[in-house]
This record gives sequence, structure tokens and C-alpha cells, in this order.
Amino acid sequence: MSMLSVKNLGISFGGLRAVDSVSINIEKGELYGLIGPNGAGKTTIFNLLTGVYKPDTGIIELDGKNITGKSTMDINNEGIARTFQNIRLFKNMSVLDNVKVGLHNQYKYPTFAGILRLPSYFKTEKAMNEKAIEILKVFDLDEEKDIMAANLPYGKQRKLEIARALGTNPKLLLLDEPAAGMNPKETDELMDTIRLIRNKFNVTILLIEHDMKLVSGICEKIFVLNFGTKLANGEPKEVLNNPEVIKAYLGE
Amino acid sequence: MSFLSYLIRGISLGSVYSIIALGYTMVYGIAKMLNFAHGDIIMIGGYVIFTIMSTIGLPPFVAVLVGIVLCTLLGVTIERIAYKPLRSASSLAVLITAIGVSYFLQNFALLIFGADAKSFTSVIKLSPLELAGGKLTISGETLVTIPLCIIIMVFLSVFVKKTKVGRGMIAVSENKEAAILMGVNVNRTIAITFAIGSALAAVASALMFSAYPALSTTSGAMPGIKAFVAAVFGGIGSIPGAMIGGILLGIIEILSRAYISSQLADAIVFLVLILVLLVKPTGILGKKIQEKV
Repeated sequence: MSMLSVKNLGISFGGLRAVDSVSINIEKGELYGLIGPNGAGKTTIFNLLTGVYKPDTGIIELDGKNITGKSTMDINNEGIARTFQNIRLFKNMSVLDNVKVGLHNQYKYPTFAGILRLPSYFKTEKAMNEKAIEILKVFDLDEEKDIMAANLPYGKQRKLEIARALGTNPKLLLLDEPAAGMNPKETDELMDTIRLIRNKFNVTILLIEHDMKLVSGICEKIFVLNFGTKLANGEPKEVLNNPEVIKAYLGE
Repeated sequence: MSFLSYLIRGISLGSVYSIIALGYTMVYGIAKMLNFAHGDIIMIGGYVIFTIMSTIGLPPFVAVLVGIVLCTLLGVTIERIAYKPLRSASSLAVLITAIGVSYFLQNFALLIFGADAKSFTSVIKLSPLELAGGKLTISGETLVTIPLCIIIMVFLSVFVKKTKVGRGMIAVSENKEAAILMGVNVNRTIAITFAIGSALAAVASALMFSAYPALSTTSGAMPGIKAFVAAVFGGIGSIPGAMIGGILLGIIEILSRAYISSQLADAIVFLVLILVLLVKPTGILGKKIQEKV
């Protein structure tokens, strides 16, 4: 069974068919790339998958369960987490607290335990701290755990966003242009990190990216979107040599 | 010596404003709306405590406790019925709804409790403290109000910073979309915020009406507006800002009542708001609003 199965997905904004009959199957543990020219509808697909937009047509199944039309919060609980094209960290919270917000739904204690500071509060908060630090260590951010997120350098903010998303314990992680604005060295590091988290956290990854080096370097499959519809789909080599794809990217 | 006595009374009144301002500032910080019905929750709290204490005759402790519970329920119910359906509406629509709720509560109280003003019996039975050979008297209400205000502030700051629900609140206030995508239940977080704000309003009403016993259906409106001024003064959305703004405002009000004119005191309070908005629109501790690029 596929981890993510999307059938005939579509949405219109007024007269614009932003995404039209898109079908993707992503197997468990796969690293999948979603590429396409600007305005092709890539981020719209992410917004449809996470329930920010409700699709007009189509079915989204995660791990065999139909999640079409569910609320964003419920979809997150089902196991889809994402990062953003423009970083959306909680800037005035510490690095640690950002990840702990990601852990929000996996650790429970009653609100009154927090108000009265009962033992269950301290126990759960301690467990959350340990888990958050464990995640931060993977990204070499544990030393900076008490720094305000806004004060981190750009590359680390990107990493922290991924760490926060992993905090929600996702089955499927959506990365929206993780390498945007990074220099080649940072991009290389990011590629290693993405591979590492796929193996360490046992997640399936779907990423949007314009950096072809990153896409061809780590993605096992690629889906090319143009004007909201599928242009090509398959192994990186064949897709990136597809004349249609080259035409869409470079023109005639 | 009389200056010191005015100052202490100012801090005491200011502490009440601070507690009310907390309700405004937390709701604004998290739900991004101005809950103009907040002052009327204080008034309802006053009537509930008054009824239980003076009409039914139960001890003040029970009355305040029931007042807190009922105000909390009232705040959460108002949010659920009036504000939640407008979550994605324009802020103007929410603002007008809040004013509507305010008038509804006032007239609802008029219907139930009648138009004649009631005289609130103080819930605080502490005898006044006499200092400097009787030259400086501090009332029992003041002796309770100021420490209680400090305790509430410290407690609330720790709650927001150190607990899961508090973190959820900050996350929602910083970036609602990202918070939802991280699995934070925004509706629940906002409901808890209203519950805390309304419970604090009940505490404020017990303290305020104990010191200023005239209770009528509109007696929540003015302190509500002043607490709003205090919240803006201190920097709306900021918890320590609400405290500083509230206390400064209380001092300004009492001192101008004593030394300038008791009739102009309210005008001076609002003049302060205008000046603050002209000089530093974000308030004393307010954050600079970043433009999205």
C-alpha cells in the first residue's frame, strides 16, 4: 500500500484551474521531488495535502486512510507535517520551544496540572524537553536551544523548521523549497540532513525544489507539474531528459 | 504624607486595571480581536457576587468562587456563540459584534437585576493598616489588591511561558497558520484564553466593587474602557505591558483626581491614551509590527 495516494486532485480559484487531475503515488520511505516552473501549482498541492485548501475534486489517502477534506489540525494528527517556502518559525520563542510546539499533540497533561504544577506537569515537560533535544541534536542545534529562533542564521532557521515539523512525528514530511536562499555548501549539508532524517525518523518525504542539483541528487522519483497538470513522472534521469520538461523550463 | 496615600490608592486602583487589562491583552494577543464586552463581564461578576453574598447570604469566599466560575463560563460561551463563527471575518465585523455583546450584557443585567444601583458589600474583611501614627491609612482592600495583582502576574507569566497550553498560546499569537500545521488546536487555545481572561475579570470585579461599591449595569463599562487604555498604554498583547500600563494609569487617575480636578480625571486618562498613540503607537512594551515583504 502507498504511503500517500492522490487521485484526480483538483482545485479552482475563480476561473483559474490551479491544480487539475493530479494523481501521485508515493511509497513508504520514498524521497519524492515535486518540480515545475513558477506558478505551476506546487505549493497549492502542498496546501491541498495539508487541508489549508479543500480540493474541488479528487481523493487524498494517507497510509490507506481517506483524509480528503479533513481539517489541517486533524491531518497533522494523521501524520502529515510541512515546512514553508518562506520561513514561518515562531520567531520570539526559543529554539527548544519551537520544537516543543511541534510535540504539542504527542504529550498530554491536563491544563489544571499545568496551572497547579502537579507532578504530571513536571514529568511530561521533562520528557518533552528530552525528546526535543534529541531531535535538535540530529540538526546540530542542541547547543543553540535557548536562543530566540529569530536570532538563528538563515540556514539554521531552515533546519529548525524541519526539526519542528519532525516534532509532530509525521509519516509524511512535506518540504517546500528547503534549499531556497542557501549557498552551495549549505545545500550540500541539507542534502545529507534530508537523507539522514529519512532514515533516522523513518519518514516519507515529498519536497518542492528548484535546485536541480538537490533534486537529482537525492530524489528517487520526480513529479513535474506545469500549469496545474502532470507533465512527467518517474525516475530523475528520464524525467529531466524528457524534451517536454526541458521545454517547460527553458522554453523552445 | 497625603501624596504617599494617594500614590498607594493609585497603585491599588491600577492593580485592578492591570488585572482587567490582562483579559484584553491576552485575547488581543491570541485571537487578534478587541473584546469590548470584557468590561461587562466584570459587571456581571459584580452582580453575581452581590446576589450570592447579600441576597442569599453565603460567605464572601463562596460568592467570589461562584463568581469566577460563572464568569469563566460566560466568557467561553460568548466566544463560542458570538466570536467563533467570525474567526475568518474582517476584524471590523468582530469589533462591532463585541460592542453588540457589550450592550446585550448591559441590558440583560438591567432586565434581571433592575435599574437601581446596588451598594456592594466589601468581600474583604481586613481592617485598615495605620502607619506613621495614624497619618497614613491603607485600606484592607488595598492590602489585598496589590499583592494579589502581583501574584496573578507572576503566575500568568509562568503559565504562558512554561506550560504546553501557554506555548500553544504564544504559537497561535505568533503565527496562526504555522501553529495549526503543527497540530495546535486553535479553537481550544482561544477558548482557554477567554476562560482565563473572564476568570480574571471576576477577580477584578470582587476587588473593584469592594473598593468602589456602586454597582449598576453600566459600572463595568468605564473600568473596561480604562483597562483597554491601560493595555494599549503598556503595549497591547504584552502581559507585563498590561501590568505596567494598568498601574501607571491608576496612579495618573488618582493623582489627577487629587491635585488637578476630580471631574477632569477621566479626561486626563484618555488624554494619556491619545498622547501615547501619537508618540509611541505600539505602547511602552509593544512590539514593532513587521511589514510583510
